[in-house]
Amino acid sequence: MTATLIVLALIMGGVVFWLIFQTINVQPWAEEGPIGQHHAGGAYSIPAAKIGLVVFLCVAASLFSLFVSAYFQRMDLSDWRPLAEPDILWFNTALLILGSVFFQRARNAVVKNKIEGVRANLLVAGLLTFAFIAGQLWAWQGLQEQGYFLSTNPANSFFYVLTAIHALHMLGGLWVWSTTVFKLQNQIEVYKVRMSVELCTIYWHFLLLVWLGLFALLLST
Amino acid sequence: MAHVALADKEQELAHPKTWIGMYVWSQDHKIIGIQYIITATAVGVVALILSGLMRLQLGFPGVFDFIQPDEYYQAVTMHGMIMIVFMLTAFFLGGFGNVLVPLMCGARDMAFPYMNMLSYWVYLLSVIVVCASFFVPEGPTGAGWTLYPPQAITEGTAGADWGIICMTVSLGLFVVAFTMGGLNYVTTAFQARTRGMTLMRMPLSVWGIIMATILGLLAFPALLVSVIMMTLDKTLDTSFFMPAISSLGENLSHEGGSPILFQHLFWFFGHPEVYIVALPAFGIVSDLISTHARKNIFGYRMMVWAIVAIGGLSFVVWAHHMYVSGMNPYFGFFFATTTLIIAVPTAIKVYNWVLTLWRGNIHLTVPMLFAIGFIFTFIHGGITGLFLGNVVVDVPLSDTYFVVGHFHMVMGVSPFLVVFGGIYHWFPLLTGRMLNDAMGKIHFWLTFLGTYAIYLPMHYIGILGVPRRYYANGTTEFLPDSVQAANLSITIAALIVAAAQFLFLINIFWSLFKGRKSPRNPWRATTIEWQTPDYPPKHGNWGKELPVVHRWAYSYSVPGAKEDFIPQNEPPSQYTRGEGDV
Repeated sequence: MTATLIVLALIMGGVVFWLIFQTINVQPWAEEGPIGQHHAGGAYSIPAAKIGLVVFLCVAASLFSLFVSAYFQRMDLSDWRPLAEPDILWFNTALLILGSVFFQRARNAVVKNKIEGVRANLLVAGLLTFAFIAGQLWAWQGLQEQGYFLSTNPANSFFYVLTAIHALHMLGGLWVWSTTVFKLQNQIEVYKVRMSVELCTIYWHFLLLVWLGLFALLLST
Repeated sequence: MAHVALADKEQELAHPKTWIGMYVWSQDHKIIGIQYIITATAVGVVALILSGLMRLQLGFPGVFDFIQPDEYYQAVTMHGMIMIVFMLTAFFLGGFGNVLVPLMCGARDMAFPYMNMLSYWVYLLSVIVVCASFFVPEGPTGAGWTLYPPQAITEGTAGADWGIICMTVSLGLFVVAFTMGGLNYVTTAFQARTRGMTLMRMPLSVWGIIMATILGLLAFPALLVSVIMMTLDKTLDTSFFMPAISSLGENLSHEGGSPILFQHLFWFFGHPEVYIVALPAFGIVSDLISTHARKNIFGYRMMVWAIVAIGGLSFVVWAHHMYVSGMNPYFGFFFATTTLIIAVPTAIKVYNWVLTLWRGNIHLTVPMLFAIGFIFTFIHGGITGLFLGNVVVDVPLSDTYFVVGHFHMVMGVSPFLVVFGGIYHWFPLLTGRMLNDAMGKIHFWLTFLGTYAIYLPMHYIGILGVPRRYYANGTTEFLPDSVQAANLSITIAALIVAAAQFLFLINIFWSLFKGRKSPRNPWRATTIEWQTPDYPPKHGNWGKELPVVHRWAYSYSVPGAKEDFIPQNEPPSQYTRGEGDV
């Protein structure tokens, strides 16, 4: 469970570190008055949706780290036969990196209030992600043709499960992406989609990092 | 739709006009909390009845023909899983969390009300799926609440086909529901606090609920991972957990899987789960004790940091549930040490509750009785936990009734006492009526004394060596006849305690319609959930203006104040006497 413990230690460490600064030298029984004057638009300046996303990313990080921990424990057993990863995964990885790049460009455009830039970059980023998922399915197809089925070996089982869970997260993101694209098609003002674009960008970067970690794990074992 | 502010920010809250919109597809956190409470109570009653069936078999072995071994194990499994996950977790976080977090923080609603509503409906779906397993062929799973493979998914175990699938699917749904709810509780407490409600002015109830939510958000994925893998082992013949095994004379297609891997994943969720249930109880009981003893909580900052420390440590003790599964002795030593360390912040909390009571103006109201009862049961359950945290003591006791007695005291009875205390305390806030006091006191004494009559003898028969999980003890030489006498007495006590819970439900229904009208803030509490302009609070909670908080949540019996409590939102000039008055 080392991988999980490292991830959770980082998350809990962040929480504790932040709490120390919030609570050190605070004597709530001795203070009166409406302190907390920084309180404009919520207790902190970060929007609630962004905080919600960060919390969700912590949950997702925990989930993937648990799969990785299980992977390490299971691969130590004698029946594990490493899987030769299909070459198309490199191509898929490149698609996902490009998807993240285009999301970042969309995010930069939304900050500058350039609707055309947002629309174009967002569309390309989404299409690249669809292509990534199609590529993953292609990889599955290739493995099936070579006789590497889900239950043939635990290494195969983990490959299918890890890629499926990652793709499900991507599909969840694409649902938000599609609602944002739909809004943009209806000639909405840019500021109304700014939050969605920013959140999608963070989410895509996170899922890219997760995929790079998983891909490195699959390649190295 | 009307524009009202969530914290200081303009945000739309849904204001439906229809009855269905207001009370069924509701986005109001209070209604969602009540929905959680009703559903959790209903499914809790099912689990209570199942425990009655188990006790009937153990108290009167062989007398009731309808309880055969399969039914017994199904009752054991469903009782445990329903009580821990679908009842207590849902009640504390979905119920109290929904009702209290926005109100105590001074918010109008949860940060994401629509997602909050979805959370309840997915939770309801998970409850329906787990209850549906009673009606599938061969009934629910009888694998024990820990669902250990290979037993759980191998023929010969009750419910090894559809029952276990219903269980894993319902747990998966529960995790999804909890994640949606949990994102709300954390974000609301973090971001939607009203002006002046700094972190260190939050009541301990909120601290407990939020820390438990953080634990749940990080630990429930372990349950999700384990049920996903086990479902695949069951349905698609993978071998994540399933070793090479023969079943009913046939070699199964699995090979090489690791049942121990399942145990690691399960307990990585399972131990934090203890604190997911306990931390909200710790928080709520702190507020009950302070309010009903008319005294500020002793060591507030320590209490906050103890909650945080317990939360952090709860992730590094999981393998103490696996001593008998076999492990490297150094690991055993490590996990025994971390288990004993976690007793330190826990003990700090117990001392602080007792010191809050010390020289307080103790009002023995029904909520206070339950809070004090909790201190007793938690100390007893906690101390036996210290026994079991040690490898050398745990190994001989692990599979005996000592463990059943221990965990029921620490995470069964204790959190339930707080659930009851919380309901007696906040029922007036939600309904405008008081619960009947006499019925409440009878409920308390029957429950409190009754649970001791149930669980103390279990420790004793456990030390004698009575194994847990057995359908019947049969004739066993090392067990004296008094064991059966103890079992009979436990069963009678259990049936009385179960009956007392129905008295509580009657009290709820009766008081809902006929109960005494509650004055505003009947317990004269300082926390701001009692200071809403409408009583009981309406959707949006705070009318036109959000409250401004001026002090912490524990200003009781402040020298120089007009009354023995000062609400958190009372401006300083309104409660102090002028200099000339001194």
